Parts: sequence; structure tokens; C-alpha cells
Amino acid sequence: MKNVAATMAGTVINILVQKGDQVKAGQDVIVLESMKMEVPVQAEADGVVAEIKVNSGDFVNDGDVIVVLE
Amino acid sequence: MSKQAEDMLRERIAQVEKGGDEKYHAKLKEQNKLFVRDRLKLLFDDEFHVEDGLFANFMAGDLPADGVVTAIGKVNGQTVCVMANDSTVKAGSWGARTVEKIIRIQETAEKMRVPLLYLVDSAGARITDQLEMFPGRRGAGRIFYNQVKLSGKIPQICILFGPSAAGGAYIPAFCDIVIMVDKNASMYLGSPRMAEMVIGEKVTLEELGGARMHCSVSGCGDVLAANEEEAISAARRYLGYFPADYTAKPPVGAAKSPRPDAKKISEIVPENQNAPFNMHELIDALVDEGSFFEVKKLFAQELITGLARLDGKPIGIVANQPRVKGGVLFVDSADKAARFITLCDAFQIPLLFLADVPGFMIGTAVERAGIIRHGAKMISAMAEATVPKISVIVRKAYGAGLYAMASSAFEPDSCLALPGAQIAVMGPEAAVNAVYSNKIQAIEDPQERQAFIMQKRKEYQEDIDIYLLASNLIVDAIIPPEDLRRELIARFDVYANKKQIFSERKHPVYPV
Repeated sequence: MKNVAATMAGTVINILVQKGDQVKAGQDVIVLESMKMEVPVQAEADGVVAEIKVNSGDFVNDGDVIVVLE
Repeated sequence: MSKQAEDMLRERIAQVEKGGDEKYHAKLKEQNKLFVRDRLKLLFDDEFHVEDGLFANFMAGDLPADGVVTAIGKVNGQTVCVMANDSTVKAGSWGARTVEKIIRIQETAEKMRVPLLYLVDSAGARITDQLEMFPGRRGAGRIFYNQVKLSGKIPQICILFGPSAAGGAYIPAFCDIVIMVDKNASMYLGSPRMAEMVIGEKVTLEELGGARMHCSVSGCGDVLAANEEEAISAARRYLGYFPADYTAKPPVGAAKSPRPDAKKISEIVPENQNAPFNMHELIDALVDEGSFFEVKKLFAQELITGLARLDGKPIGIVANQPRVKGGVLFVDSADKAARFITLCDAFQIPLLFLADVPGFMIGTAVERAGIIRHGAKMISAMAEATVPKISVIVRKAYGAGLYAMASSAFEPDSCLALPGAQIAVMGPEAAVNAVYSNKIQAIEDPQERQAFIMQKRKEYQEDIDIYLLASNLIVDAIIPPEDLRRELIARFDVYANKKQIFSERKHPVYPV
């Protein structure tokens, strides 16, 4: 299991993947808004999306797991 | 002299130069490590070098050169001093002669005013020899004292090939740059075994003090190399940007155009202030092809620091990276910037700031981590730097982020802006919310409310229009994006003979 974690505190504004999607290392999976900036969050490893732990509009803290990859 | 005596000497030299026992050489191979003398061959331009203390601790019989080679040779034609641990001799550990040799090569480098390299691969002190090598005036503490004294005077470079344990871990800590070999290099005060015994923590060496951890998390490492050859070649490249000592100008290389596939600057920087872009693309479009040497590439990536050449001349670049964490400044990125600015300023390397920064991070986590204290380090290092410094507002500079990126009040030689640049206490969205929050809440009709917000944002945009700022002499020039490289070359050329004493005093009280 390879988790994708929020890189900084902010609000989820865009979820770019769906459960079951194949993602590659370095691919943007979620976009946060923080400090008025769009902050893309990337997968660190290849994998298949097993779970998306957040909804659009959720506040996340630095380090919170947002997507679970398998 | 008899032939016999000469033969004996040559035999003994050859014996010592072989280092430790065969089985330790076999272990090196297993670990993908090179023998210390092979590392030196890769480091120096040619085989010739001067070596002192080859017979250190010769009488002990089993401690060739006392586990360290101290030598003088040439790198890129420049004389350099080197100390290099030999891990085939008692795991590169330090005895009394080892320490004395290291101290002497430091003293030599200081007198000759040449760069000093530390090729570290050592298990630490020989506890059995502690009285002779640990506490005294010329004990191991003296090595660190000398490093601090030499800091900023001559370049000090560490290549970490293996462990640097306990006290020994301070050798890299006091160097200007630490190049670490992935998987093999490690740095720690207490080993995993000690951590388990003393505090009950179970942890692997890689997690506790591995090269990758230090280059990406702790910030103790600057360059992560895949193998020893790559690490040595990085050290040689790095040295190419530095003068022999702080009184000399950095060496000028052959001028090159930017890489031919670099994108146009106007295409790299989005008009939308809030959209991410990759600052590396802008750096590629500005600097000589292949000249960018990134420092702390894996650490605090929201800020990019690195050496480069502009028309052949070395510069140091400090650039926000909007692609990572929105380019916001954090505790670690502020530290990273402070250290890099100090490095460039010490060795007469001009500084280029590429600003696209929404500000310093806010929120509980960073306030508790002392973001203000860390931000102050960056701002003070930048303010103190007296090398030629140019600030370019690429897209936006808000709040204290503007100050940290060498804006007008901090006496850059010039503060330039690209045509889309915005400079403000905060961005339009935040500002309108801050000023009109009550009014916005009071408007009940959503459409009317949105129209009000848009109107106020537009007014705010007009207030921070870059031509208005230029008209008020806040920026020194607005530069068409595709002319930026030419402009920077011309300006750094003009500022080349800048001489400035920042402030007369003993030293500042550092905001650490």
C-alpha cells in the first residue's frame, strides 16, 4: 500500500483520479488550494487507486493521507 | 645510500599504500565502495599528488597511514587539500595520528588558501585511544574548531562515502556542501544499536541516518549521488564555481547559450497568478546550457537553490517553485535559502532571486515550528549579502515573501519585474476578503455579492499594477520576458566590481 499524503495544509478543490485508476509516480492526483494557490499533489509511486479519503471542500493537514494506492 | 635501504623504503611505501588487510578490501567491493587511493585518483586531475604522514603509526604495524590519507593535488587545475579516511584500516576510525594528520592538512589549506575536501568514511573515534585523540588541545575537537575558523575563508567540501558517526558527524555539518552516496553514506550521533539501548527505539540505519533521509528530510545532505563515481564527479563540478579562497573571484567558464529546447518565458509563466508552473523551466531558459548545479534538490523543494553560469560567469540562484506547495516559504525552505545565500556571499558569487511567492506559510503547525524565527534567518542572510544581487519579480511577491526575495528595501542592485508581476501585502482575493469581509457578508443577494467582490478585486488589481509600481520607482525596470537573460548578463557585468561593507561591528546577533 502506497499512500498519497497532503504536502501542506489546505482545502481539497479538485480530485483528478477515481477508484480503480492506474496512476504513475509523479502524476498529479489531487489539487489543494492553500495560500490562494493551486497546489497539485503527486503520487510518489505507481499504483492503482484503492481509496480516496477526501471530498472536494475538505480541509486537510500536512501529512494527512488523501489517496490510498495499491 | 645503499640500494638495499632504498629497496626497503620502496617496499614499505608500497605496503602502506595498500591500506588494510585483504579481507577489508573484499568487503569494500561487496559494498560497491572504492579503495581510498582509487577515490583520490578519480578526484585529482592526474595521478601526481603530494602526501604527508604516509608512515603515521607505522610502528604499530597494522595501521597503515593511521587510517587516513592527507594529500595535495589538482582539481580542474586548482590546487586543493584533501583528507580521506581509509575504511580498510580499522573501519577508518580515528587514533591520535589520524587526528593530527587531519589538523595538519587543515592548517596547510589555511596557509595556502586553497579548497579543502573531506572524503569521509569512518566509524568514529578509537575509544581505546581516547586520552590521546579526544579531549586535548590538538584532539578531535580541534578539527571542528578549525572547520569553523575556515568556514567562508576557503571552500570546504565533504563527500560522504560511508558512516560519519557521533562526533565525526560534525565534519559534514561544518562543510559548505555535503555530497552523499546513496545507500552507503550515513550520519548520526547515536547508531540504531545505541538508540535501542539508550532510548528503546527500534529503527534501521537508513531510516535513522541514511543518505536519502538526510538529503530529503533533515537537510544535512546537499547532493544525493547514485554511486561513488557520481559523487566525486559532482564534487569536481561544484568546485568549478568557486574561487580558491574568499579574496578571489570565481572562475569564468566558457559561455554557452541556454539549452536549445528551452521554452519561451512568456509560455512558461501562466497569466493566472494562482496556477502552478515549473520554475526549473524558467531557470533552463535563462542559464547557460548544462550549467545548473542544484543544491538541496530533494529538500524543501518549494524553493530552488543552485549554482549556474550566465554567459560563463558563476551565479547563485534562489527561486520559488510554484509547482511545489504553491512556492510558499516554510521553515525548511527559509533555512535552505539562508544557508545558500551565505555560501554565495562568502565566495563572491552574485545572487539572482526569482520571485513568485504567495508569502510565508501560516497556520498552527508552522507557527509552532517557529516560522518567524526561521524566516528571519533568510531575511537577514539576504540583507547581509553584499555580492551583486538582482531580484526578479517573475509573477507575484506577496507579504514578507517580497522582503525575503531581495526586494527594493533590501538593497538589491536592481529589482526587476516581468510585465505580469504583482507586488502587494497580499493577493487580491485575500485582500478583498480582509478589507470588506463585513460588507461582503451583509450583501444578501449572491449575484450582487459576487459582483461586489469582482469590482473590489479589479480596483485592487489597479492599485498594484506593475506600471504604477514602476512609476513610483518601486521596481527599477520592467523587462520583456524574452529579453530577461540578456538583461541579467548586462546587469551582472555592470555590477561586477561592486564593493560594499554592510555594517561595521563584530558580528550580528544571528536570528537562529
